[in-house]
Order: sequence, then structure tokens, then C-alpha cells
Amino acid sequence: MPEPRRPEPEALLPEARREGRGRLKVFLGAAPGVGKTYAMLEAARLRAAEGVKVLVGVVETHGRAETEALLRGLEVLPRRRVIHSGRILHEMDADALIARHPDLALIDELAHSNLSGGRHEKRWQDVEDVLAAGIDVYTTLNVQHVETLNDTVARITGVRVRETVPDRVLEMADEIELIDLPPDELIARLRAGKVYVQDQAARAVANFFAKGNLTALRELAMRTAADRVDAQLQEHMAANAIAGPWPTQERILVLLPEGAVGRDAIRIGKRSADRARVEWFVLALTSLRDEQNRRADGQDEAGPALRLAERLGADISTLQVEGDAVSEVLDFARRQNIRRIVLPRPPRRPWLARRLLPTPHEQVLAGLTRQAEAFELLLVGDDEKPLRQRGRQPAPDMPKALRQAAMLLAAVAAATLVALAADRLVPVLSLSLIYMTTVVAVASRLGLGPAIATAGLSFLAYNFFFAPPRFTLKIWDQGQFLTLTLFLAASILTGNLAARLRNRVIAQRAIADRTRKLYDFSRKAAGAAAFDDVVWAAVSHVATVLECESILLVPDEGGALAIAGAFPPEDRLEPRERSAAQYAFDHGEPAGRGSGTLPASRWLFLPLSGAERRLGTLGIAYEDGREPSPADRRLLEAQADQVALALERIRLSEDLAQSRVASETERLRSALLSSVSHDLRTPLVSILGAAEGLDQPGLGPQGRDILVETIREEGERLDRYIQNLLDMTRLGHGALRPNAVPTDLRELVGAARHRLRGPLRDNPVMVTIPEDMAPAHVDPILIEQVVVNILDNARKYAGPGTPIRISASTQGARATLAIEDEGPGLPPGAAGQVFDMFWRVGQGDGGQGGTGLGLAICKGIVEAHGGTIRAEPVHADGRGTRIAIELPLTNPELSH
Amino acid sequence: MSAARILIVEDETPIRRFLRVALEAEGHLVSEAATAHEGVALAAKEAPAAIILDLGLPDADGITVLKRVREWSAVPVLVLSVRSDEAGKIAALDAGAQDYVTKPFSTGELLARLRGLLRDRAAEAAPAVLTLGPLAIDAADHRASLAGEDLHLTRKEFDLLWLLASHAGRLVTQDMILRAIWGPAHAGDSQYLRVYIRQLRAKLGDDAADPRWIFTEPGVGYRLADR
Repeated sequence: MPEPRRPEPEALLPEARREGRGRLKVFLGAAPGVGKTYAMLEAARLRAAEGVKVLVGVVETHGRAETEALLRGLEVLPRRRVIHSGRILHEMDADALIARHPDLALIDELAHSNLSGGRHEKRWQDVEDVLAAGIDVYTTLNVQHVETLNDTVARITGVRVRETVPDRVLEMADEIELIDLPPDELIARLRAGKVYVQDQAARAVANFFAKGNLTALRELAMRTAADRVDAQLQEHMAANAIAGPWPTQERILVLLPEGAVGRDAIRIGKRSADRARVEWFVLALTSLRDEQNRRADGQDEAGPALRLAERLGADISTLQVEGDAVSEVLDFARRQNIRRIVLPRPPRRPWLARRLLPTPHEQVLAGLTRQAEAFELLLVGDDEKPLRQRGRQPAPDMPKALRQAAMLLAAVAAATLVALAADRLVPVLSLSLIYMTTVVAVASRLGLGPAIATAGLSFLAYNFFFAPPRFTLKIWDQGQFLTLTLFLAASILTGNLAARLRNRVIAQRAIADRTRKLYDFSRKAAGAAAFDDVVWAAVSHVATVLECESILLVPDEGGALAIAGAFPPEDRLEPRERSAAQYAFDHGEPAGRGSGTLPASRWLFLPLSGAERRLGTLGIAYEDGREPSPADRRLLEAQADQVALALERIRLSEDLAQSRVASETERLRSALLSSVSHDLRTPLVSILGAAEGLDQPGLGPQGRDILVETIREEGERLDRYIQNLLDMTRLGHGALRPNAVPTDLRELVGAARHRLRGPLRDNPVMVTIPEDMAPAHVDPILIEQVVVNILDNARKYAGPGTPIRISASTQGARATLAIEDEGPGLPPGAAGQVFDMFWRVGQGDGGQGGTGLGLAICKGIVEAHGGTIRAEPVHADGRGTRIAIELPLTNPELSH
Repeated sequence: MSAARILIVEDETPIRRFLRVALEAEGHLVSEAATAHEGVALAAKEAPAAIILDLGLPDADGITVLKRVREWSAVPVLVLSVRSDEAGKIAALDAGAQDYVTKPFSTGELLARLRGLLRDRAAEAAPAVLTLGPLAIDAADHRASLAGEDLHLTRKEFDLLWLLASHAGRLVTQDMILRAIWGPAHAGDSQYLRVYIRQLRAKLGDDAADPRWIFTEPGVGYRLADR
């Protein structure tokens, strides 16, 4: 069919609506701080320079100097003063703005809610008025304030923004400018304090400005802006009768059955309509009964939803239906060329209830599922509960006894009806079994008391209706009397059995529940490694399980009780509560609410006792100030035991760790003392002795040379010891941070050999390191120290004349440097110990000189590089020692 | 070597005492300062040919002395550092010290470094040809020979060798080499340097693992043997 090339009348409407109106330009941003206000002011200055009369209605500079600078030279409308909660605040004066009638008004923050006393609740409504007065408006908006995106944003960021702007307003905009800033730059601006964040808790802000959030918001803003551009294009095409595939056949209907809330359905309907660029309808179903109800109690579920739909620009209809709602809905849909029907999912109910007593909502859904063959059905879950539940539901506050009485009366009545029906089929005596069954059923549902009452009632009913003479309470003969008595007795007995069974089930369930709760806690507490974690697990668990407030106090170092944790967090206690806590702690018995001591206290405190000492006290309080029930008390006591156990476990392991550290420290201290006394003093003895020897008359030049050499060598040895001690201290303090750079291991070995050229003169050194080996990524100064220490060790333990081999190779991203000597090798089992502090081959004077620190330092340095070091024999018979160091290689991309 | 005036800035009397003995035995004139303040004053007053500067002084940091002296003088400065203070040593080189020795040092080593510093002064005014034992380097026609054999150096290799040789016996930092030969923009590109040092060593018949010509100061720079 040929398309008539003339403008569609409806398409001309938006254009017409804009006649005589001001033009709206929205500066849209993904988040606060992207620079919307700044961009708006810059644009306005350009316009002002063109001679346009610009008036600043309201602009929030948040004290930013660069923004304030842009305001200079623009005329600013004085603000209206509003007194709000005793403070003077300033609002935009819309009346004055319209009266001044500039060409262009700048109105910042479109989503702002006005304080009372203005024209409207919302600033966007002011903006509508200003536009209507024929004034152009520049405004700013963050994407999270857009009504239909509000939910999405809340889901992304976890922060719900209360102030929203209807999408209609955004659609009204003649131009949308997206102010974009990459998330990293925004975060940098935030850190630099350049972003003003309005009235939000610091944590919420931190969440909001997470990079992931910002990226998602940015995308959302871009999409919103792009959608708008598409919509404009389409309007233009339609208005100018440009042919195209017009998807007018697939309009969308949001159906609100009676009793449904459907806000989400409306939002989704709006989104899909926007996507498909089609019109959408909202159809609310009501019934006469519904209307009457509404009038009676003034509540109205559909009201807010319909208002939302209105704001979102839906075409709204209400259909009062009696009887076949589905046919009417389908009629409506066919008339309007609707293809997709969106409706809220009815609240969950048991299957039987849905079958037997369907709500109108369920009826409509079921009907549509059956009949709406040509339509797409979209069910939308709804988080919000209806204000009022329709249909049948248990009468709320009927006293329990009364309800039970009603139930057992009904049961007996039902039994009687069944028995009357069965009367002709079975002997009269068998009918008593029907009553017996009822008694057992009641016993298992309601317990013993109701069961006995049922038995009594059944007895009377049976007597009256069935036992001859019928319809009297008289008893015919003794046999019958016996039968009836036996019936009563049997009823009571079986009822009793059933009731006991029921009680046991209830008790079992309670025990299982309690066990589960206790187990939950011990699981939480067992996973907690630190004292504070256990405390937190304890208070949060107790609070959750008992639905109360909880607090845990432990003695501080001075022995005074201090709050270790509370749920909800609390850091102070009234003096009265404190003395109850103190009493519970001092005397080891409960104190406070519901106990014999200080019962006026709001809190009940239980002592937490460990095997050896008291660990603290655990308190609970109910918001309504009630006493804990005995069951709660029992649960609380069990919890207190668990908490005490967990706390004691942590305390013990802390003590253990401390004493382990203490004994380790002690061991090191004594090793250090012996090292200093022996290893530092020995070279000094030689130096002093040799120095005095130089004074001796008659010392020949040869003897003099020997003494001088002794002084020099012993001095160098002393220097190495001291250096080792210093290095160890630095490692111990964590002050050693490798400054890793690409380092040629061959050069490094050369430098180390050069430094040790004196001591190494008697040992041939063989180096096998490929010339073109990739550089290692290490701190050359520190690793040189490592190589020096290992070479020096090799020389010392292997003795003069023995060769030392140095080799290096690469495997993957690691380099291995190995230094081998041909000495006697390590004692069996020593390979793991050589890197311990103060460990030496052969202790005391008989051993080689050395502090036993050299290799410990090597290990410290290598591990600080993320490398490993190990010692192993060179030969199968245990001779020779190889120290192998594995170090990271330089990333090839960095080195070439 | 001709007599030169050497200023020792060091707070430890025993160290000053044995340095004086050693330096005077070499024929130098020695001035002593025990504090930073005194050191700056003497450096200004006596215009020494070289300064031996301890980094740990009682009244101020040795680097402070160095910076004050550098305000008016390019006198060679040899820094005495302790081994655990790599950062201080590098800071001193950055602040304009020419070389360092690590305490405890051997007197022989210190005297050798000092000779390097004093000779370098002479070399500045000098010649187009440097000779270090068997190594001869001719700046005029960009040729270097070892025991009479031409080394066939590339342009950059020659520049590198010339730089090291004109500071023979003295530390030349990586930074200094990179700036001088590759320009300031390449100050951080130590990988160039490693490659060229490797090539130069190969041509000199030198072994990185057992150097005779080019000595590595790990993490700091290189030093050409002074023969």
C-alpha cells in the first residue's frame, strides 16, 4: 500500500506545542562534578556576547572559583528568601524571572525540590512556566534524576535519589547537550575536592563514585542523550512526511488489574514504548465494589501509579468492569492496535487459594493467558506490596482461644454433616469413627485442650444426632452408655497421643532451630581470626537471633569494663546499665532486666566466663523494653557460653602467639649476645695485639708487614660483622625496600668479585653466565651484597685453593643464580637451617668466624625481591654446597 | 703528582689524623675542618684543589656543604659515605660530588680516587689523545687502539669510551653518561647503556664477570681502570 506523503497530524503536535514557547536546552551529565554548570555558563556567555539578554535565575557555584568567574558579567536574579526549619534559605524567584522576561534564563539543577512558598513543589514545574512564558531556558540535570532511570541508577549505585524529573520534561527539551567526563578524571576531581556533593553521607558518596558506577552512569547518560536525538529525528521525519517504516502497529498497553500497584510495570512500559518509539496506554481496571471500597476507606492503590503514568506521558484510561474483564481488555487492545500487554505479576499465593478464590488480578492474568493469543504478554514483578490485600485472609486480631473454639466447632459440625451423609450406608456405631478422626485431627493441629473439647462436643453431637433415641441427649440403654463412654475415653486418649506427638514435633523444631542458630554462631566465630571479629560476630548474631539490641563489654587493661562491640553500634551506656554490667561481671551471675539484680535496667547482662577467668559480659535489650522470655533467656545463655568459648579461644591464641614471640626474641637476644662477645671481640684482640707488637724494638720489616696485614684483615672482618648486624636490623624493621632495575647479573658478579678481590685471591672462580642473558629485575646494590655474602661464606667454609663456580640461567620469567663450592658440604639436615639467624656450621671457638647472619640476610633480601633461596649439596655424597637464588627477570618489554 | 691543597671535612679526629698522614706522605697540603660551617668557610678561604667530605657532620648534612660549595666552585669533591646509606651516596652524586668511597675504606683506594679527581682537572685543559697503559684514544680522528690494534669502535662506543677515559679512575654515573651521549631526553634509558657497555667490553676483551677495564658500581655507574 502506498504511503501518503503528507505529515501525520499527530506528528505536527510537538511542533505546534512549541509555538510561542521558549526553547529548552538541557546540559545532561552522568554524575555530579562533570562540569554541567560550567558548560552551561560558558554557553550562556557566548549567547550574551551575541546580544541575547541573559538572566541567571539560579546557579549553584558551590564556591568553585572558576565557576564564579564565569558568572561575572552575567546578570543574576536576586533570590527569594525562604524560612525553613528556622533557617533562612534562598530559592529561585520564578515570578520575578517571568516578570523580567529575559530572552534566556539560566536555571541550574532541574531536579531541585522547592521549599514551601513558591509556585510549585519542583523546579522543573517552574521551568515549564518559564518556557510557557516564551523564555528560553538553559538547565542542568544528572541522569540519575530522570524518572524512568531512577530505578536503574539505584540498582547500579545502591543510592536512591529522591528528586526526580519526569521524562516528559526531558522530551520537551529542544536540545540536550551531554557533558561527558571520563570516570578516572571525575574521580581525580573528586579527590582534589573539586566536586561538591549534596547532603549525602560520606559512605554513600564513596559508593556512588566507584569507577564501575560512574562508567555505567556515563553510558546511561549517553544513551539517554542518543535516544533523545533519535526521537527528534523521528519527529522531524514525521512532521515532514518523510516515509519510513512507522512501527505504529505495535503499541503498548500497561494493564493494571484491580488491586494491583504496578509502578514497575508502568516504568517498564514507558521504557519499551520509548525503545520502540510508539505510543503507550495505561488501562486501570476497577469494579463497583472497588469504587465503593475506595470511597469507604479513602485508600487508593492505583492512584499513585496512575499519577506516575500521567507524568510519564501515558494515555490513561480506566475501565469499570463487572464480569468478563478479559474480553473488555482485549477489545480495548484491538481497538488501539496494541501488540504488547505489560502487567504486574500478582502477589504469590498458594496454588489452592489461586484455584479456589482467585483475586481479580489473578483472574485477569489467567484469562489473558488463555485468550490473548495475538498479544505479547509481559509480566513484571513488583517489589511493592499492595496497601491492602484483597480477597480472603484470616481475620487479624481475633483472640487465639476464640479462633480455636470456632475452628473446633466447625470441625465437629463438618464431622456431623459427613456422618449424616454416611448414616444410611454404615451402621450407626461406625459413625463414631468419623468423630474420632476429627478429634485426632484437632489434637494434631491444636493440642490437647482443644482435642478434649472436641471429644466432648463430638460425644454430645453423636449422642444427639445418632444414638437412639435420636435428636435427644437421652441414652437408650447401658450398652450404649458404655459405648459412648468408651468413645469419649478413646477420643481423649488418641487426642492426647496426637497432641503429645504434636508437642514433640514443635519442641524438636525449636531445638533444631536453636541448634542451628548456635551452630551458625560457632561457624562465624570459628572463622574469626581476631578478637574484634569475634566480638562483632557475637553481637550481630545475638541481635539477629533474638531480635534485640546487643552489647558486649570486656575489661580493658586497667580492669574496667569497656564496650567492645554492640549491635546496633553503640558506644555509651547509662550509669545504671553500666552498674548492672559490672555486677554481672563481678559476681558471675545475670543482672539487669528480668533478673533479681537491678531489674530496672533496660539491659539484661549475662557474664561471660572462661575456664580460668571472667572474660566480659554480654547484654541484650528489647526496643519495647520487655523482659526476655524464658526461651530467649535459655537461648541467650547458650549464646553467652559460645561467645565466652570463642573469646577465650582468641585470647589464648593471642597469648600463645605473644609468648612465642617472646621466647623467639629471648633466643635471638642470647644468640646476639654470644655473637657480639665472641665474634666482635676476637678481631679486636688481634688488632690491639698487633698494634702493640709494632712498638716492639727489634721488629724486622717482615714481622712488621705481618702485623700490619693482621690489623688490616681483622679490621675488615670486624667491618663485615658490623655491616651484617646493621643489615639484619634494617631487614627486621622492614626498612629495606628493593629499588629494582634491570640488572646484568654478569656485571653484578663482577662487582662482587671486585669487592672481595682480597679474600678471594686464593680461590679460583669460574663464571658461567651467558653474555646475552636477559637482565634480572633486582636492586643491584642489595643483590651484590647477597652475592658477596655467599662468596665469602663459600671461601670460608671450603677453604683456600678450592674452586668456586658461579652460574646463571633463565627459566621463563625467572633467573637462577647458583654459587657452588667444593667444601665439605653442609651437615645432614642443615640445608633448611643455614638461613636461620645465628646459625653456623660448628658452633663456638672451633667453628669458622662469622656471625651466622650472612645467609639470613641473603634470605631476607632475596625474599624482599619476591625471589627464593635454597641450599643443597653439589655432589651425591653430600660434599660441596650450592646456594641457588631464584630472582625475577625484567619484563622484556621494559628492557628493550 | 704535584702537590695540591686538600681540604678534609670530617668530624672524627682519628680519621682526620690518619688522612693527614697519608695525604702528606703523597706530598699534598692538608687543611682540616671538623664541622660543616668550618668546612664551607675553609673551602671559600683556601680554594683547595679537592675536598674530602664526610656526609655525617655534627652541625649539618654533608650534602648541605656540597651545595653551598657548588654555588661558587666546581672543585672536585670526594664523598665519604657509610655502606648502609646508598640513598645519601646517590644524593651526593646528584648534588655534584665527583666520586665516593665507602667507610671503612682503604687508604690506598682513597688515594687512587683522589688521584683520579686531580688528574681529571688536568685532562680538561687537554689533549686530543688519551693514553691509559696499552689503550690509546685519539679524539681528533675518533680512533681507539689497544696494544696497537685498532678497536673499530662505532661512533657511540667511541664517545662512551672517551667519556669514561677522560674520567679514568673516577666514577661516571649512568645518568651522566646517558645525558652526555644520548641527550637529556634519554636520562632514564639505562638499557641503551647496558648494551653499549657490553659491546665496548667485548671489543676491549674485558669480562663483565671479572673486569679489568670497565668496573661496574652496581646501581650507580661505571669506572674505567686508571693505568
